[in-house]
Amino acid sequence: MILTNTEEVPGRAIREFYGVVTGSTVRSKHFGKDLLAGLKNLVGGELKGYTELLHEARQEAVERMIEQAKSLGANAVVNIRFATSSVAQGAAELFAYGTAVRVD
Amino acid sequence: MSPELIQPLFDFGVPLFLLALGYFAGTMAEKSHYKSIRVRELRLRRMPTTNLRRPPPHWRIEKVALVAGSTVISVDYFKRFLAQLRGFVGGRVRAYESLLDRARRESILRMKEEAAKQGFDAVINVRLESSNIAAPLRNDRGTAGVEVLAFGTALKLIRQP
Repeated sequence: MILTNTEEVPGRAIREFYGVVTGSTVRSKHFGKDLLAGLKNLVGGELKGYTELLHEARQEAVERMIEQAKSLGANAVVNIRFATSSVAQGAAELFAYGTAVRVD
Repeated sequence: MSPELIQPLFDFGVPLFLLALGYFAGTMAEKSHYKSIRVRELRLRRMPTTNLRRPPPHWRIEKVALVAGSTVISVDYFKRFLAQLRGFVGGRVRAYESLLDRARRESILRMKEEAAKQGFDAVINVRLESSNIAAPLRNDRGTAGVEVLAFGTALKLIRQP
């Protein structure tokens, strides 16, 4: 599966469009990690626990998007965008969306 | 010590200690982070990275992939205190500027490092997004952090002989 955030796949022509595909995941923060992050908040700097959490969540959202694209018979997803929304206190939704296409 | 002495010691001592801790640890962390950012930026400076949507027409492309890099960063106790003071008079909050600058440059670097690791030569259509995750719980307590995400399309070029 070819993934890009450009409108076309550079160097290849798009043959068919299959529409928008999406993938999302809702994650809540881990109690222990949040405690550590709270301590880290005193000295500042990167909250590694959160970086990892969001990285994993985003990857899962992308995986789900790929599944959907595969089921449509696409071999690429173009113009991918990411978005985050906060669903509830301490939980966030991450989602990825793009256009499923078939390229040469 | 009498309780009358211990109480003010707690009231002023603890915040002062946290301010000092935030100041020293925060400043040290920022210095070493900037140093590492500069070194890595220099190392990756030959990898073209652009937010243009299309590659230059003469490039011949072999392979493409989506690459991303992200950082969640939080501000230290001392800077938060400075920013709150700033809130009274308004104006430039320098304490937060460097924080976001670091997060953004770090995210771009991580994205480029991922592209380099996978053998790509350039990254086009780079987009930067920031979101306020882990918003502070009730009345400013809890963990506050901002996430900066950088993503783009990595290209592997066909080398002309």
